Amino acid sequence: MSQNIDTPFRTSLLISTMRVIVRYLIIFLVAFVLFGVILLIAGKDPVLAIKDTFSSTLRSAYGFSEVIVKMIPLIFAAIAVALPSRVGLINIGGEGQLYMGAWLATWGALTFSPLPPWILLPLMMLLGMIGGSLWAFIPAFLRARGLVNETITTLLMNYVAPSLVTFFIYGPWRSPGNALYPQTVDFVPAARLPTFWGTRVHLGLVIDLVLLVWYWYVMKYTRWGLEMRAIGGNPQAARRNGIPLTTYIIMVLCLGGALAGLAGMSEISGIHGRLRPGFSPGFGYLGFLISWLSGGNPIGILVMSFVMALVTSGGDILQINQGLPFAVVNILLAITLFVVLARPSFWKGMKA
Amino acid sequence: MSLLSILGVISSAIFSGTSLLYTTLGETIDERAGIVNLGLEGVLLVSASVGFAVTSQTGNPYLGVLAATLAGGLMNLLLGFLVITRRANQLASGLAVMFFGFGLSALIGKPYVGARINGLPRFIMPGLSSIPALNSSQFKFDILIYLVVPIAILIWWLLFRTRWGLRLRAVGENANTAFAAGCSPQLIQYQALFLCGLLAGLGAAHLSIAWTMTWAEFMTAGRGFIAVALVIFSKWHPIRAIAGALLFGGAVAFQLLLQASGIAISPFLLDTLPYVLTVLVLIAWGGTRKHAAPASLGRVYQGTE
Repeated sequence: MSQNIDTPFRTSLLISTMRVIVRYLIIFLVAFVLFGVILLIAGKDPVLAIKDTFSSTLRSAYGFSEVIVKMIPLIFAAIAVALPSRVGLINIGGEGQLYMGAWLATWGALTFSPLPPWILLPLMMLLGMIGGSLWAFIPAFLRARGLVNETITTLLMNYVAPSLVTFFIYGPWRSPGNALYPQTVDFVPAARLPTFWGTRVHLGLVIDLVLLVWYWYVMKYTRWGLEMRAIGGNPQAARRNGIPLTTYIIMVLCLGGALAGLAGMSEISGIHGRLRPGFSPGFGYLGFLISWLSGGNPIGILVMSFVMALVTSGGDILQINQGLPFAVVNILLAITLFVVLARPSFWKGMKA
Repeated sequence: MSLLSILGVISSAIFSGTSLLYTTLGETIDERAGIVNLGLEGVLLVSASVGFAVTSQTGNPYLGVLAATLAGGLMNLLLGFLVITRRANQLASGLAVMFFGFGLSALIGKPYVGARINGLPRFIMPGLSSIPALNSSQFKFDILIYLVVPIAILIWWLLFRTRWGLRLRAVGENANTAFAAGCSPQLIQYQALFLCGLLAGLGAAHLSIAWTMTWAEFMTAGRGFIAVALVIFSKWHPIRAIAGALLFGGAVAFQLLLQASGIAISPFLLDTLPYVLTVLVLIAWGGTRKHAAPASLGRVYQGTE
């Protein structure tokens, strides 16, 4: 009896999963072919380039671990966008918030370096979150007061934060030992996030996964998530039902900023071990795209983060093996997005 | 401070503001037709690199300007395909175009990093050469600078004094009504995007061929986004956009003035000035701007079925 009920459900689940897999396979196939065409026009060997990208990332344990490493800040940055988007807010300022998080976390690492790691690391995380959320507070406040739309302020502030960080690196925090590459002094070991399995994969991954579960739980099972979805659905109705719109706008954007700040903190503490200019190759922008592509779905964020990490890792390989500028990887990224956005007719009816 | 250095600061303000004014005019047309174009940053980069490459190859800066302009138009048509024909989300599509521009311009510009070109010739405005103070090398401008204000007026005329402009604004206010009134929203939005691309291409050409005469990755430094902000500042009006561009140029000039006067301020902090100023101006403009925005800005026209 129960089998009769279960079977059609399982079949449909299987079919829908297959559909999703096939859909993404087609997306990437089309994207890689178009990317290959562009490389061919540029006079490079597209087959070799794409083969290099895959063999160096997926065929060795180390290459794979490097993809995971890139994935860590992307998941943070994606939740930082997904959370405000539930309320209908558009946070394109992840990049700036990430820099400010890294900035304040660095201040913590440099100032409180004698502390033991079990105090210093949580402190740096907290500072990273504060840095990011303070940066997000400005557009949040302006939006809540109805002065300026958050889209454009968050975008513009992305250009301010890296300059501020560069100012501190060239000025007060500059390491005296290194004249060639401006950067801060190396963090003490206590300020470094622990890494696993002899790779560069660090504790940030665990925090990421916990945050994803937390995000899913909050959205689905708490009053908070319900009210946020209500605001996203119809702000007027939500307001008339006594949901404090202003509080939510500020709180949610600041929380997003805090998560982006955490991405910055985990990058400098887990990977670089010091603050250097331009340490983020646009993680904040990628986070926006991941969040948008996944529709704010936690599993989608995980999958799309992996894919974007794969693509950006490919960029390093193209740079080394083919002598192409790193930025060229943006073409592959963009074409993937174009294919998703344009939704070719062969999956008409499937929700994007 | 000598008169010469003050003139120099004004001159660099004009140089810096010009590319921005072209871009802002383009974005004004887009937004009047109901499309938010966040891809302008990428469009500018591609135009700048194409223009520079063509100038470097042919030695003719005018061909470079032409190529940059067309490249801008084509890049915007790509955005048009996504947001008009495929009805995709405008913000996400814009960012996708931006990323595409980052990559494509790096690929196009790579052989030309550090290359030298003959930029657009600069000359003193006819009739002003008799004033001796102006008759210095700093007050010679290229043709794109002289054309920018007339083009702003032309755009105003197009938008507010022609049938086409009326239709375009109708599409931006309410595409369904415009459709009922007998015009095709898709066609008009495509035209708006193409025109915007041409203007952004002119702006980018001015940046790489006339002003800096170099190519560097990410050389536009957020001008595409500042243009989006200036459109809000100028209340979606081409003539007020001139004031916006002057403001930005003024910020850059102020930056140069501080540096020239020897006040020890980090150049990195000064770099933030235009963006901070833009945000401050948006705040000051705050409450009153809402009524000026096209009513269906950012909305995807779903067609009438």
